[in-house]
Amino acid sequence: MNRAKRFPYLFAAPAILLFLAFTVYPIIASFVLSFQERVGGEYVFAGLKNYTRLWNDDIFWTAMQNTFIIFVVQVPVMIILAMVLANVLNNQLLKLKGFFRVSFFLPAVTSLVAYSILFSIMLQEEGIINTALSYIGITAIPWLSDPFWAKASIIIAMTWRWTGYNMVIFLAALQNIPEDLYEAASLDGANKFKQFFYITVPQLKPVILFAGILSTIGTLQLFDEPFNLTGGGPADSTMTLGLYIYQSGFEYFDFGYASAIAYAVVVMVGILSIIQFKIAGDE
Amino acid sequence: MAKNLEVIEQSTNKLTLAERQQKKPKKKKNKLKAVWMYTLLGIFLVVSIFPFYWMFIGATNDSSKMFTNPPTLLPGDQFMTNLTNLNESIGIFRVLFNSLFVSGLYVVIALAVCASAAYVLAKYNFKGKKFIFTAFLLSMMIPYQATLIPLFQMMSDFNLLNTYFAVIAPQLCFPFAIFLLRQNFLAFPTELMESARLDGASETRIFISIVIPSMRPALAAASIFLFMTQWNNFMWPLVVLNTNDMYTFPVALSSLMGLSYIDYGQVMMGVTLATVPIIAFFLTLQKQFISGMLGSALK
Repeated sequence: MNRAKRFPYLFAAPAILLFLAFTVYPIIASFVLSFQERVGGEYVFAGLKNYTRLWNDDIFWTAMQNTFIIFVVQVPVMIILAMVLANVLNNQLLKLKGFFRVSFFLPAVTSLVAYSILFSIMLQEEGIINTALSYIGITAIPWLSDPFWAKASIIIAMTWRWTGYNMVIFLAALQNIPEDLYEAASLDGANKFKQFFYITVPQLKPVILFAGILSTIGTLQLFDEPFNLTGGGPADSTMTLGLYIYQSGFEYFDFGYASAIAYAVVVMVGILSIIQFKIAGDE
Repeated sequence: MAKNLEVIEQSTNKLTLAERQQKKPKKKKNKLKAVWMYTLLGIFLVVSIFPFYWMFIGATNDSSKMFTNPPTLLPGDQFMTNLTNLNESIGIFRVLFNSLFVSGLYVVIALAVCASAAYVLAKYNFKGKKFIFTAFLLSMMIPYQATLIPLFQMMSDFNLLNTYFAVIAPQLCFPFAIFLLRQNFLAFPTELMESARLDGASETRIFISIVIPSMRPALAAASIFLFMTQWNNFMWPLVVLNTNDMYTFPVALSSLMGLSYIDYGQVMMGVTLATVPIIAFFLTLQKQFISGMLGSALK
């Protein structure tokens, strides 16, 4: 092979080797591991044992349910808020746009652990949020000690961190919608609401899809927030799949079982991504 | 990507002639609308910013001040006490160094690995190219957690637990960064490469002295993206690091909350120290930062 022909391989080699060692191998190894169990310090083939255990595991189903609830509430709330903010910031009359944009984006630069801890302090029984609520006549909410409110806490914290991020994505996309679409629509007598639903939303479809997929993968892997904000509790009410993988693997050192949970997540991410692409059509 | 943001800025500030003419009769209605808009934005602004302020209040006050009614809303004088205590608990300067070192080293190596792969994937034809690119793309769908356990076993087998290497290595080849950079390299004019080739430049030389310099904005955005990924990385370092002196910032912060007695002043100081440098970094490099963090969304 001459030098020019060798060049691309040479340049791609580090990435390919690292990819094989740290992505391809672990994916295969964890698939194998999910069919194994530990017997006297050795991993031996155990058939579908881990998967049947998973199927009958209440904690796994609780984690699935929690993930689902968080996903179904958090993602739409965040996307709607982000959409509203993006539309307001896109208004011609508004001044200080840059200032607002940067301020709303600011939560997205905080580290996941730092903001989770910050919220865990603010949401305590006698924390600043309950104190503030007491001034508008709301009695103390058991944010972190009640199963319902613990989920709400996670949703609120995630929405705080990610809304501005999604807003900036939507804002960028809004700018790319051709102005004459709106002009034509208003000549045809469509009011602002109609314009929003018949022009803005369809035009933003690919971007909403992108934000949706990112959020799906993110929610299914949710770990930092439940670990630091609620510890998965109370009574597993904020247990997520990510947290359960960690606990099975590194608290109970049951690598086979943890791999089975991880593979369940792989399958779900795959299915959900395909569904989202199908819903949005091929673009 | 950065260019897009400039366009956004311009197009939002510009009023078309038609709009300017419309503006006069609508003035009153507009005023009402403006009041609405600013009220809404004001509420969101308070919600977005207040936690940062509260973090600062907490870092400068005694632990108990965070749970008083009426609330303590002014900075206190416990800054140094909290800092000293925090340093005694987790060795804050060591932790800060660990995080900066790990993230910095990661950016340099990962950028070199990803940029060179992205470049040949964008600009050369070779056997297996499509297969490699598809494999990279598909792997983006796979949750990181699915690789966690074999990676841990690997590090354990090679006696690499509790090392910087173990923290950095698994994500050096970052398919998302390769994907983003490839998009940018695709736009580089192939004719420039051809003419350099005619002048006798080697392929490596073309990449280093012609392509790379013109890709600075894209590389800056990718660097920020990679830096943030590593700086925020929590689950993996939590798994592979097991002594205080090796902890990165997120792991050390999290360990503070696991102590039997939690000194909230210390914790808030930790949260502040983990957040302020990134905010400063963000405010100075806003455009690159936003395009780096949003990735392909703006393409």
